[in-house]
Amino acid sequence: MNTIALVGNPNCGKTTLFNALTGSNQRVGNWPGVTVEKKEGNFKFKDQIYTVIDLPGIYSLGSFSEDEIIARNYIISGNPDVVINVVDATNIERNLYLTTQLLEMGTKVVVALNMIDEAETKNIEIDIKTLSEKLGAPVIPTVASKKKGIENLISKAVELINKDMDYKAHISYGQNIDKEIENIKKFLENKNLDYSRQWIAIKVLEGDKEILNMIKEKDEEAYNSLDDMLAKHNLENLELEIVDKRYEFINSITSSAVRKPKENIVTLTDKIDSIITHKYFGLPIFALIMFIVFQLTFAIGQDLLGGIVGSGLEILGEKIESLLVTINAADWIVSFVIDGIFGGIGTVIEFVPLILVLYTLMGLLEDSGYMARAAYIMDNLMRRLGLQGKTFISMIIGFGCNVPGVMATRTLDNKKDKMIAILINPFMSCGARIPIYLVFISAFFSDNGGLVLFLLYALGIVVALIMAKIFSKTLFKGETSYFIMELPPYRIPTASNVLRNMWDNVSEFLKRAGTTIFAVVTILWVLAMLPIGVEPYSQSSILGRIGTAIAPIFKPAGYGTWQAAVGLFSGIAAKEAVVAILGMVYAGVEEGTELVKAIQSAFTPLSAASFMVMTLLYTPCAATLGVIKKETNSYKWTLFSAVYSFAVAWILSVIIYQVGRLIGLS
Amino acid sequence: MNTKVLAQLHSGENCKIQKISAGFMATKRLYEMGLNSGAQVKVIKNDIGPIIVSLCGNKIAVGRGLAEKILVEN
Repeated sequence: MNTIALVGNPNCGKTTLFNALTGSNQRVGNWPGVTVEKKEGNFKFKDQIYTVIDLPGIYSLGSFSEDEIIARNYIISGNPDVVINVVDATNIERNLYLTTQLLEMGTKVVVALNMIDEAETKNIEIDIKTLSEKLGAPVIPTVASKKKGIENLISKAVELINKDMDYKAHISYGQNIDKEIENIKKFLENKNLDYSRQWIAIKVLEGDKEILNMIKEKDEEAYNSLDDMLAKHNLENLELEIVDKRYEFINSITSSAVRKPKENIVTLTDKIDSIITHKYFGLPIFALIMFIVFQLTFAIGQDLLGGIVGSGLEILGEKIESLLVTINAADWIVSFVIDGIFGGIGTVIEFVPLILVLYTLMGLLEDSGYMARAAYIMDNLMRRLGLQGKTFISMIIGFGCNVPGVMATRTLDNKKDKMIAILINPFMSCGARIPIYLVFISAFFSDNGGLVLFLLYALGIVVALIMAKIFSKTLFKGETSYFIMELPPYRIPTASNVLRNMWDNVSEFLKRAGTTIFAVVTILWVLAMLPIGVEPYSQSSILGRIGTAIAPIFKPAGYGTWQAAVGLFSGIAAKEAVVAILGMVYAGVEEGTELVKAIQSAFTPLSAASFMVMTLLYTPCAATLGVIKKETNSYKWTLFSAVYSFAVAWILSVIIYQVGRLIGLS
Repeated sequence: MNTKVLAQLHSGENCKIQKISAGFMATKRLYEMGLNSGAQVKVIKNDIGPIIVSLCGNKIAVGRGLAEKILVEN
């Protein structure tokens, strides 16, 4: 089977083109060893099936970021039969930078000149024939969002697959560099290397660590003398000069093939931006948008759809219970199915509508181009805390779930920014914690439910920002971060992109519910049943004994009971389990009014507040810790994250309870 | 001709990038995004926070700290 790789800058419409090419034949996975998403799809052309690989959006084929390395390694070693390079027609000069690098590698390239309709509206004239001749690669105009040009693109790509490569771009880097390239090429002669010598020589001069390592592995001696040779140069200047020369090459192409209007017309994007990124209005507008997103999420996802799903599950549970009873199933089977599966998984499934709505709205913001503005707006504020604007996006995503929140820190180029962003992300109150609050709110604060919920979210943000400030002053000083971000033009979000993004997230959540959470619930159920003969979910079960053992830790915080301890203990496995377990140990029910009554008698308003703060801030769930391990690549930092957040939560919880008692609450 | 840093320019002013004296990583990233020496940019917005510039009609936000290390002539 033939393979086609899609490569392009961020915001060039690559994902839309991928969707247009493959339709619903897609699979999402990860690149081996990293958490970068790997998308694969198929299409059929003249009875042949072709695989399409969507590579990460990148500006260059260097080896700076994980994304760049993945894309490059895939192209040079995964050997796609042809590369479709998606180029944003409205931004052609800068997009061609990546194109020149691809051509230099000697790859078969078809350029998809995407968003050609937008270029026309902007009065940008592109002479496709000249462009194609000068680049030495076919150029096909496309409008991926309207599925225009896709057929042409496919047939050109297929044509190229079956043709021998007859062209290699040759950029002149000026006398000095060209001479060096020749020297290195001569030096590499007779060395057994996999790629074109010209390309390796350029990469060596660019100080590319990956390529140098490759040479070192193959021929240590050659590497050493090469190293001596390079030591004579100021490599950094050389690298920048190479970039300059590439742009010169691009300019020589665009000057004859592209005509742009002299004065930029004021576009709708400019008009919207003048309000949305406004000095004073920008921040309140952003706050308002986020407020609306959360209101809608709760109104539609929780109250409307969540209720329907909840009662549906309840009816289903009852039906299955009576069925099991009528067929005389053993008590433990009934208990496992009803308490274990329906009690555990059911509580999780109830949140699917909430996540569905949240991700749809987030997808709309992302696809429209607003998220980049949000990062811009927050940069000023975040900078004072030793962070940068992009960090805030990962925090917002954390409100949905901390797992994608932590994964989103990958867009931060700077190690310091990334580490801090990862460590503070779990303080963002994720969707799984909402049911805990809801139970305690309806037990004690039902008159001010909205306010309490808002205060909890706000407390999470404040604690995150304070910790960020502390980290940037202590653990991660020194490195200065920089902010460079493209602000793409506003676009009307395409339904297929938004829905697909939503579905990717929801199915991920469902998978988690079916695997991790199912496993957790089963283990907890077993712990609650053992030793054999004990009353399920009682203090003498193993689960109860664990709770009894750790309960004293929570005494100063006002809830030193074994039941509360068991709830918190299961929350480390999955936050969704807290309410389910509290229900079982307090009332022998999953949730509902019985649980609320039981909570009312076991807690006071003060200890309830203290408990909610604890659940907001304490140790992240196992899935989040797993992704922290993956992203930091360090057990030490993962352990640190687990321990310090517990300490922060415990201290705040104790302060609330003790101060509250002193001033006579409770 | 007047040498300044990018952060000193006002909204609406045009300039040509001369030299970037930031750290190497940041410089290379700017270069690869098209903000290399010789590039013509227009300042779209410069009040608080990052500076928004237009390069070939596309907008890029550059942090203030970084914009202070970009030497331009206008």
